[in-house]
Amino acid sequence: MFYREAGQFKTTYGADQAVFPIAQDRWFVAIVAVIAFVVVPLVASEYILQAVLIPFLVFAMAAIGLNLLTGYAGQVSLGTGGFMAVGGYMTYKITTNIPDINIIVVFLIAGLIAAGVGLLFGIPSLRIKGFYLAVATLAAQFFLGWLFNKVGWFYNDNPSGTITAPPRTLFGVTVTGPEAVAEARYLVSLTIVVVGAMIAKNLVRGRIGRSWMAVRDMDIAAEIIGIRPYRAKLLAFAVSSFYCGVAGAMMVFLWLGSAETLAFDIFVSFNVLFMIIIGGLGSILGSLLGAAFITVMPVALTNIPPLLGIEIPIDLQKNIEVILFGSMIIFFLIVEPRGFARLWQITKEKLRLWPFPY
Amino acid sequence: MATKGKDLGETLLAVEAIGLSFGGVTALAEVSFDIREHEIRAIIGPNGAGKSSMLNVINGFYQPQQGRITYRGRTRRTMRPHQAAAEGIARTFQNIALFKGMSTLDNIMTGRSIRMRRNILWQALYWGPARTEDLEHRAVVERIIDFLEIQAIRKTPVGRLPYGLQKRVELGRALAMEPTLLLLDEPMAGMNVEEKEDMSRFILDVNEEFGTTIALIEHDMGVVMDISDRIVVLDYGRKIADGAPDAVRHDPGVIDAYLGATHD
Amino acid sequence: MDMLYAVFIAPFVDMASDPVFLAEVVIGGLLTGIMYSLVALGFVLIFKASGVFNFAQGVMVLFAALTLVGLMERGVPVWLALVLTVAAMVLLAYAIEWLMLRHLINQDEIILFMATIGLSFVLQGLGEMMWGSNVKPLDIGIPDRSFELWGILLNEFDLFAAAVGAVMVAVLAVFFHYTRIGRALRAVADDHQAAMSVGIPLKTIWIIVWSVAGFVGLVAGIMWGAKSGVQFSLSLIALKALPVLMLGGFTSIPGAILGGLIIGVGEKVAEIYWGPLIGGAIENWFAYVLALTFLVFRPQGLFGERIIERV
Repeated sequence: MFYREAGQFKTTYGADQAVFPIAQDRWFVAIVAVIAFVVVPLVASEYILQAVLIPFLVFAMAAIGLNLLTGYAGQVSLGTGGFMAVGGYMTYKITTNIPDINIIVVFLIAGLIAAGVGLLFGIPSLRIKGFYLAVATLAAQFFLGWLFNKVGWFYNDNPSGTITAPPRTLFGVTVTGPEAVAEARYLVSLTIVVVGAMIAKNLVRGRIGRSWMAVRDMDIAAEIIGIRPYRAKLLAFAVSSFYCGVAGAMMVFLWLGSAETLAFDIFVSFNVLFMIIIGGLGSILGSLLGAAFITVMPVALTNIPPLLGIEIPIDLQKNIEVILFGSMIIFFLIVEPRGFARLWQITKEKLRLWPFPY
Repeated sequence: MATKGKDLGETLLAVEAIGLSFGGVTALAEVSFDIREHEIRAIIGPNGAGKSSMLNVINGFYQPQQGRITYRGRTRRTMRPHQAAAEGIARTFQNIALFKGMSTLDNIMTGRSIRMRRNILWQALYWGPARTEDLEHRAVVERIIDFLEIQAIRKTPVGRLPYGLQKRVELGRALAMEPTLLLLDEPMAGMNVEEKEDMSRFILDVNEEFGTTIALIEHDMGVVMDISDRIVVLDYGRKIADGAPDAVRHDPGVIDAYLGATHD
Repeated sequence: MDMLYAVFIAPFVDMASDPVFLAEVVIGGLLTGIMYSLVALGFVLIFKASGVFNFAQGVMVLFAALTLVGLMERGVPVWLALVLTVAAMVLLAYAIEWLMLRHLINQDEIILFMATIGLSFVLQGLGEMMWGSNVKPLDIGIPDRSFELWGILLNEFDLFAAAVGAVMVAVLAVFFHYTRIGRALRAVADDHQAAMSVGIPLKTIWIIVWSVAGFVGLVAGIMWGAKSGVQFSLSLIALKALPVLMLGGFTSIPGAILGGLIIGVGEKVAEIYWGPLIGGAIENWFAYVLALTFLVFRPQGLFGERIIERV
């Protein structure tokens, strides 16, 4: 009964279409925002920031991107790693060649380049659908992986093939490079993700989101009401790759500090796909929940058994992790194909009645 | 009852000698007829006569191998579906082509797509022009929802709605396009008597209030005779009758076709 | 100008100047191609019969090979190990049906596909947990010797593998087309519920199909494993089979064969004659790009079913 909407009438359509129409939701989000922006940097340890929170933000961005393409527009993509690589490598290339540009601007430019690449690999979607398209996106994954490995231009021909983030500052604070503190990197990542999520939410609740969902559900019918499916698909590829590109840039510059193509391999693509399935296809919140789950799980597996006094040898742990992952995927698909986001919705509906049983 | 002596306008759509085949199968052959503005034109015929194919040709989903279509004075051979949509042709489908993953409201909102202009940058921001546009269209859609009496299910995902309501939502989506020509493919299929009465009422209201020209495929002869101004009868892909309901009702060729007299 | 020559003329000049080598490359490609076809077949079987795109097929190959080698390492005689492994694959098919497939009847194909990705993870973890993750050699008695025939260098083992592959492919093709069970499988692929309503026992069919796919996986695993050792990378062979499927169509056995050959040859030829131009290792992606280009012109692959959309 605490979570009741009674008495909250919407008097305008505008109020009805708000992202958080229920007052309790707005409070909740405000509290979470305060915790995230203020409390966390003050209390979280370096380890938690580096091993859990920052990677969560990186993958949240990628998950939002993939969800737009696969969850909303219905185009299954296994090329996420490749598009992230474009973002990472292009950021490196641009900032090493033109060090004066604000690093966030470089991220955005790299994102746009990734969007262009995504658009290119989305062209086949005119003729190819479903699995065939998913397999075709693997072409993007493998080609891009090869490209950034072989073509020295991308990593300034340095012999190890790795790209390393040079130090860059934002408002006078060092945010990338070895000197950057975790708190700074965390706050920058957080801001990027919050802005990214808001924009994504805006896109999906308006004309563009509806056209994507229409194409996903029945692209022939979409064409007949005047939507152009091909344009919608290409737009989805472009926007999705933009997000993945920025995520890739974040990965290299705000999380790992350096990377090589292995960091963007096909397992990354699978991981992000799992995030959106477990989190919920077609849901921005779901992308965040899924990213959180998949980022936290390995860390939990590493840290919890010792806390309980159980020793698990490292390779067995890896295997258990992998088995658990796979089982969770299957489990979720059977029990709730719509993921955590749906479970969250159900919880909210139950909360309406709590603590009364009916 | 359709008002006799209704003021019908000029020819809105004319099809001439349309021929359509798939592989070796001829779906339509030498079909010609016209549809006048503001009229309700029924297309009837036994199963497999080619009625749905005819609608598909009109809205550009199939490209005929022979013949021409003249719409609003412009003659052409082929047309893409989104072009048809842009020029004011909307339709519903026999097997309901709704977007199952979206709510009633969203489905009908998609019908407003051709009229939505704001580009991606405004959409990303939402506040400002994109929002204003969205709300304007929402108001239009709400009027349609009121008209079709489906307020209670506006937020329900359409996949969960019973068949009759889905058909109504689909009609709503077509109406949201503010069409000049509305093509209805068996709008009453699978409905009970009450639902059929409601649907007939909606169709007549749309025709009377907005002057929308309607072409409809329907098997229920009672409905057809009641609401249509003129009828075209197809059989085996050919036109076998064309005219006012009474004339068609008594046409021997039509009676043969339905009763299954042998063809040579 | 130089560049144009290098790309469009030089490689063909190379080919013409040493036709024996060209023949070796092509034959090598064909032999590899048959191996791809074998893996692709497993996919086609399951897809044809249950409409499921079994991403775990590659891992099944690995799992089967691991089990076989693992048993042999523990001193089990070869013939018994084979029998036990086949039994294990059948048991696996039962488990998959019971734990996974039956709960996902008539779900969207994307959902099923993602479930098989999950399955691939589970099997991989399980396999490594049970048998360890070292590279294991597998000796089936066929020597890895090269010999010359009409001046062309050939490899005994490769030929043997290709022969086995060809036999399996032929057997499966016949099975599908001419037996009652084959027909039932095709009905199931079309529509689960319709097949059930005609009395086809869905559960049994699925177990049969997944077992057969498991067996095919075992054969593929033996061949590949004997060639390069049983290890994790075996599961990645499946990723190579995907372009084969794209090319040949997901539902076609002849398509899998032809597609495999085309990809096998195409890949080898491209790597040898064009590879050095752009840094080599284009085998990683060439198959995919080849299949992709082909698909753009023929979206259903060589023999796949045309997806006719009706409204």
